Amino acid sequence: MSDYKAIVIGGGPAGLAAALAAANEGAKVLMIEREARLGGILKQCVHDGFGVIRFGEKLSGCEYAQRFINGVKQNANIEVRLQTFVIQIEKTEEFRITATSARGIEVFTAENLVLANGCRERTARQVNIHGTRPAGVMTAGVAQNYVNLQGALPTKRCVILGSGDIGLIMARRLTLEGAQVVGVYEAKSTPSGLTRNISQCLTDFNIPLHLSKTVKRVFGNNRVEAVEICDVNDKMEYIDGTEEIIACDALIISVGLIPENELAESLHIQIDPRTKGPLVDQNMMTSLDGVYSVGNALHVHDLVDYVSETAEIAGKALTQPKKQREWTDIQHNGFLYLVPQKLDLAALADKTVFYFRTAIPLASAILKASVDGEVVFTKKYAHLKPPEMEKVEVPLQLQQGQKVVFSLEDGEVR
Amino acid sequence: MRLVCIVCPNGCVLEAEKTPEGIKVTGNKCKRGIAFATEELTAPKRSLTTTVATVYPDMPVVPVRTDGEIPKEKIFDLMAYLKKVKADKRYRAGEVICKDAMGLGADIIITIDMIE
Ligand SMILES: Cc1cc2nc3c(=O)[nH]c(=O)nc-3n(C[C@H](O)[C@H](O)[C@H](O)COP(=O)(O)OP(=O)(O)OC[C@H]3O[C@@H](n4cnc5c(N)ncnc54)[C@H](O)[C@@H]3O)c2cc1C
Ligand code: SF4
Repeated sequence: MSDYKAIVIGGGPAGLAAALAAANEGAKVLMIEREARLGGILKQCVHDGFGVIRFGEKLSGCEYAQRFINGVKQNANIEVRLQTFVIQIEKTEEFRITATSARGIEVFTAENLVLANGCRERTARQVNIHGTRPAGVMTAGVAQNYVNLQGALPTKRCVILGSGDIGLIMARRLTLEGAQVVGVYEAKSTPSGLTRNISQCLTDFNIPLHLSKTVKRVFGNNRVEAVEICDVNDKMEYIDGTEEIIACDALIISVGLIPENELAESLHIQIDPRTKGPLVDQNMMTSLDGVYSVGNALHVHDLVDYVSETAEIAGKALTQPKKQREWTDIQHNGFLYLVPQKLDLAALADKTVFYFRTAIPLASAILKASVDGEVVFTKKYAHLKPPEMEKVEVPLQLQQGQKVVFSLEDGEVR
Repeated sequence: MRLVCIVCPNGCVLEAEKTPEGIKVTGNKCKRGIAFATEELTAPKRSLTTTVATVYPDMPVVPVRTDGEIPKEKIFDLMAYLKKVKADKRYRAGEVICKDAMGLGADIIITIDMIE
């Protein structure tokens, strides 16, 4: 028999919620976290706005995580291993996890595996910037770690590239701490962060947001001394003659997050090229039986409330008796992505929860779900934007072999 | 005036106007948007989240927030005030470190358990 019903890799909000949901159904769970404290990225999210959907309160990221950490600590079914790093996963009839820690190398076995190892930030290397790579070029998450965990101010005067939420949050945070944020520069013609963050992080502090502009070059030998800003067209090509040099000691990059899927890939789990995370069914089970993917490892969420919710679906599902799965595809158009990408017909409930992002901004939109060409569900939306993930519950009844299509259409066109 | 409601993640774009009958608000998905716009046009308020220093090397700073909102124009004053505060015991999440800071009407609370 395996040591555990499930091993959860990652002690962020996704892992915490999955472990709790499974343990509350009586399952014995091991949580493995590489850092010294639980909470994942929320440890450094001191700002508020978390939990509005789930708790009806505006909590800071730390407080949101604390609620789940308390739950995990009080739950006798959950064992936690901190400062423990998973180095290998093998699949036999069960899962064998090899992990290293100060105790040495240990092997644990489990019937199920929950991948809750989060996401990573796109770095300067993944955007096209010329020039040197002096100290002072850092991602917004790294800047957040300096300020909020180490109490150090990594810049006196900086430029922020990319209008992702973490960059906007950091623009405000650095300003509050006394740094000067010259501006946020976004290559696209629309901002990628939430509208409320543009308002409360930039407008409130008179920090300019420049659209269709990017950083072309970085200057400085040991430390950043200046950056060159340049206009770009909608094909992301530099427009000659618009260059401008801005003196600064740091370039902070907030150009998006990507699911961390090294562990999933080591198990040859199928990855969705759109989300860059594993393909899953409605229970968040991946293409490999018994392996679940949740939170930002599955797809990048903008609200942690939904991270907890999907993780709970997986945590609960893994405690159910195993049945042979009947996977069916969902086709879709008009979406940036739609999760789950597959349906397990053998475990279909009355309603299935979907999470999606629109491919393009739409002032009004209609979501349609059809089975074998017959529309079975419609929902209208006002103002859909790619940065804002939506959740929808769809009643779906299906037989094997039936074709499911989801579409998102411009609401103005009839 | 065009405003973005920051009360919940929906971030509704509001149109608020002062009229003789009071403040007229449109674009709000719920009634909290009206309260937000009304306050925004009369006495804007914000909550503040930041960190304060501690005496512990394993946790040089600890996250805090205002328990409630304070006048928006006092944000930088409160930041300067909190620069002088030092957490010298292991607080738990929710504990007050400064009661009614600067008399602005909000307590400063710790938002994490400082117990290792
Ligand atoms: C810098 C940054 C700032 C963010 N700010 C916000 C925000 O302001 N608001 C918001 O709603 N969302 C924010 N997000 C998104 C946020 O990540 C999610 O809301 C939420 O934290 C995702 O939870 P998670 O559990 O999936 O991932 P994480 O919180 O990233 O947790 C993953 C955990 O897995 C651990 N781990 C990874 N690999 C291994 C391994 N091999 N072995 C053991 N442990 C491992 C990590 O140490 C980490 O603790 C931010 C994300 C980042 C990267
Ligand atoms: S008006 Fe209501 S729904 Fe819209 S952002 Fe404000 S609180 Fe949220």
